[in-house]
Amino acid sequence: MSARAECARIAAGQGFWGDWLEAPVLQVEAGPIDYLVMDYLAEVTMSILQKQRNRDASQGYARDFVPLIGRILGTCIDRGIRVIANAGGVNPLSCRDAVFDVAAAAGLAGRARVGVITGDDLLERIDELLAAGIELRNMETGEPLESVRGRIRSANAYIGAAPIIEALKDGADVVIAGRTTDTALTYAPMMFEHGWAPDDWDKLAAGVVAGHINECGAQATGGNTGVDWRAIDYSEIGYPIIESFADGEFVVTKHDKLGGRVTVATVAEQLLYEMGDPSEYITPDCVADFRTIQLEQEAPDRVRVHGVRGSSATDQLKVSVSYLAGYKALGRMAYSWPDALEKARAADRTIRGRIERMDLRFDEIHTEYFGAGACHGPLAGPLGDDLPEVELRIGVKHSNDRAAVERFTREIAGLILAGPPTATGFGGGRPRVQEMVAYWPALIPKFQVQTRVEVEVVP
Amino acid sequence: MIVRLLDIAHARSGDKGDTANIGLIALRPEFYPILVKEVTADRVKAHFNGVCHGLVERFELRNLMALNFLLHNSLGGGGTLSLRTDAQAKTFSAALLRMEVEVPDELGDVIEGRPRGGG
Repeated sequence: MSARAECARIAAGQGFWGDWLEAPVLQVEAGPIDYLVMDYLAEVTMSILQKQRNRDASQGYARDFVPLIGRILGTCIDRGIRVIANAGGVNPLSCRDAVFDVAAAAGLAGRARVGVITGDDLLERIDELLAAGIELRNMETGEPLESVRGRIRSANAYIGAAPIIEALKDGADVVIAGRTTDTALTYAPMMFEHGWAPDDWDKLAAGVVAGHINECGAQATGGNTGVDWRAIDYSEIGYPIIESFADGEFVVTKHDKLGGRVTVATVAEQLLYEMGDPSEYITPDCVADFRTIQLEQEAPDRVRVHGVRGSSATDQLKVSVSYLAGYKALGRMAYSWPDALEKARAADRTIRGRIERMDLRFDEIHTEYFGAGACHGPLAGPLGDDLPEVELRIGVKHSNDRAAVERFTREIAGLILAGPPTATGFGGGRPRVQEMVAYWPALIPKFQVQTRVEVEVVP
Repeated sequence: MIVRLLDIAHARSGDKGDTANIGLIALRPEFYPILVKEVTADRVKAHFNGVCHGLVERFELRNLMALNFLLHNSLGGGGTLSLRTDAQAKTFSAALLRMEVEVPDELGDVIEGRPRGGG
């Protein structure tokens, strides 16, 4: 076995679309790595990308990825670093074409291989699936998908490691996927490097744990940590790197010269993030038991992870469907001392009174006083009566009456001259009506989802 | 003596739909049994009175000296459906750390924060 296969270094570069742009560049340039993996897709991202594709058939992917590849691909090819990202969104083929263009412009035509994975997108197949008796019932409510059929915006299956591994076997330097699971971006190269069998459940579960640590970027290396945060240098924070070994153990670390911190505390916090039931963390490739994870600080900024146990995968994939669920708008107005909170409350009563007189009906009207308990609500305890300023935040939503929400947006500005004194902070203009996109989690038998992998040399 | 959870634990929170997920981790191994005993699902439900409108589930992770909580029906619909500033439950971690719990007096020496009342 080569030295390379004994330890594969898998570096996280993005935790969501909009994450720090310099992070993946630093992962490539500030020290040795073998893989750069980037997660661009949150549930809300898929519906936004679908909207962009509907407007322009060549769009629908994470556009940040393309100029990034232009910046780093030459270095990656020189150093043998392979890039894996779910940047393809709802249009992986167009993302691939854009990557071809930017790679060619960087002088890499004929030198770089780009793989693209398709088959996760089920939007065009909904009728076919429903006709075949796949009901795609809501996992939480049990309702059949039929009830929101006309309002569906996107539908994607969360796919696993197999197509990524296939692309790596085919020599891809860059692998572009659509809706892969976030964790597969990390454990697919671990399986590939170490030659793990697809039913070696404990090793796969270890890979899933590594993936969960990588998938939110710097949240594993000091971002958002509650322990001694003042001592952390965030300005050039190092994102996590997994040093993976063939026996399933791995070390979480970061580049020495970058900021941040890797401790049992920072890793444990990320493990608990959106964990759900720790006894069964379900992925397409195995079910991991997070109660078996052992963490050990083996050196500064190095946490060893071992002991992970897993069990067999289920025969279904999760599907995320997004659908239009209505309209909302949020109005804001700030008030200064004296009596800032009292003024904001009077403004809230004013708006609500006007809504009532106009007989506008909403599903919900929600008021918060930012600076006076907006985050923790009743848990915030007693507030001082001498606050320097408070912002009224009043939001409304309706499942279909866009006009009512639109009318509400005209009411906020009326407070500027015709409400309680010291109203300010309205420079952003009147609120926008926003579409509310809801998620419909469902399951689909695995055999219904056929992925396709194409690997081609940059033309 | 009575201390805040902030003095003996750290936490991380996020969302899954309308459910808030809060991980609570003991700052030292000797604090973990206190979390297990004091921070029950019922106490968390009562602590988030007016915020959490559904069931509270608790899971124990002795390996991480941690408890994981799921607070259902807590985010005004969750995701883009929510009108809340903290629609993604990012600050629920800190809100949980406001809770006050009873700890043995002999642990006073290893608790960095300042005990409140009783101590």
